[in-house]
Amino acid sequence: MNVRHAKTCLLGALALCLVISCFADRINGYWLNNLYDIGISIILAVSLNLINGYTGQFSLGHAGFMAVGGYTAAVITNEFGALNFLAANGVFVVALFAGGLAAAVAGLLVGIPTLRLRGDYLAIVTLGFGEIIRVVLQNVQYVGGARGLSVQHGWTNFFWVFGLAAVTIYVIAALVNSTYGRGFIAVRDDEVAAEAMGINTTKYKVSAFVVGAFFAGIAGGLYAHSKQFLTPSGFGFMQSITFVVMVILGGMGNMIGVIIAAILLTLLPEGLRMLSGVNHLGWIGETRMIIYSLLLIVLMLTRPQGLFSFKKRSH
Amino acid sequence: MSNLLQLDKATIRFGGLTAVSELDLQIGRNELVGLIGPNGAGKTTAFNLITGVYQPTSGGIAFDGKSIVGSKPYLITARGIARTFQNIRLFPSLNVFDNVRAVFHLHLHGDIRHALWRGKGYHAEEKSIADRVMELLEIFQLGKFRDEPAKSLSYGDQRRLEIVRALAAKPKLLLLDEPAAGMNATEKVELTRLIRFIREKFQISILLVEHDMHLVMEICERLAVLDYGIKIADGPPAEVRKNPKVIAAYLGEETKNEDGG
Repeated sequence: MNVRHAKTCLLGALALCLVISCFADRINGYWLNNLYDIGISIILAVSLNLINGYTGQFSLGHAGFMAVGGYTAAVITNEFGALNFLAANGVFVVALFAGGLAAAVAGLLVGIPTLRLRGDYLAIVTLGFGEIIRVVLQNVQYVGGARGLSVQHGWTNFFWVFGLAAVTIYVIAALVNSTYGRGFIAVRDDEVAAEAMGINTTKYKVSAFVVGAFFAGIAGGLYAHSKQFLTPSGFGFMQSITFVVMVILGGMGNMIGVIIAAILLTLLPEGLRMLSGVNHLGWIGETRMIIYSLLLIVLMLTRPQGLFSFKKRSH
Repeated sequence: MSNLLQLDKATIRFGGLTAVSELDLQIGRNELVGLIGPNGAGKTTAFNLITGVYQPTSGGIAFDGKSIVGSKPYLITARGIARTFQNIRLFPSLNVFDNVRAVFHLHLHGDIRHALWRGKGYHAEEKSIADRVMELLEIFQLGKFRDEPAKSLSYGDQRRLEIVRALAAKPKLLLLDEPAAGMNATEKVELTRLIRFIREKFQISILLVEHDMHLVMEICERLAVLDYGIKIADGPPAEVRKNPKVIAAYLGEETKNEDGG
């Protein structure tokens, strides 16, 4: 990817999002909702790609970070009543940012055990973290406990979802493609050699967690103000797995592939659901989760290096 | 002038095993020293002590006049000790250029914010890094492989790239861990020339761990011999070669009678 003009590309993308956002009310509500889901999935998959793909740390706690960000942002905006357009967007940005920061702090806390753990053991710790978040949310009555938290404002719009997705992509691409950021890949490739080459592996691993969690938190805030209802069970283990699958399917550390995988995997269940309306294909809709799982198995068997990874040469 | 590297009775024990025992070793500036010994003598352990992978159980290690005991490996590299590995450890998924570039973060002025903001300063710095990486690669005739994945290079080229990568850290002391392992006779001759060249061109000290006696005898000014973690000889190759203890360590019982002299 040519990142020489990355900043220009980012500004262009933001402008485009703004323009589309002005016409978003012409898009059918169902599709708009799907679009939001896609954008949010992109943010989550790309940010997880920094941790799992580029830095090679196996994290299963991304839904946990998302929950921290979502609940934080929702609690903040629920403090406000009806606001005019400008004030609403202002409060929303602050809330999203606060959600991101809260998730980043959680990322720091989870990142610290990575100093000692790797591979499966790290996966177990992050899995535990995600579950802890879920159980804590279930038991804190202030945020509704198991009943869930309703979010008053549906402030999520096209601009914020895709604008922030563009920012996420930019930040992570810029980070990884710099001399500084080659350290992430060096840590993944060979930790001992990286350390011997003067790379502070601890700092890189923790930064990956903090940055990845920050964007997951932002995605959580967007999700909260799009669905307007949060339940702890929505941020369970299966949700984290979905994001991991997006990263693996797209090809670990392959930015474009991961984005496409995020789009496909968000649309796939919806597409299968739609088929249930078609006369002779009703059975597909009813068994869509089975088909979804089977498709994943087939993809993993046939393209283990990632669906969109063409770089690997025969060797 | 003080020695560049000074090991002072450095000792490391793993449980009941003393892998390196009271090792005294000095390396002067621009000196080329060989560390030899039979298998399992503690050579690589000594390397790991110097680079901070292991911490000595007792004794001291000083580099450039300051103690480096307790420092993390990456900080020791930043201080000026770079190494290669016995079994090549490049970054396999990065290309040749990026393998070397990754090390240049040591010399970066900008940090994470520069990488994100991508201002003028960032591009200027990346450009100058790219130039310096290419300059290094060209010196070792690796420039033509710049976009190849490191793992696709031939064995000899990978060895060379690993040395280039270590040199990118701008070390004052270069540690080479069995650079001739797995090389054929022609490649060894080439390597001998390369080590001499590096020393002259970069004016650095080199500590060489090697099994190949011929190579070591030929290029080292001084040899330290380890056996069971204990230094049994230290001196010019010609002297070490005649040392009965060394002969005993390598060849065993034949010289047992002469032992003790």
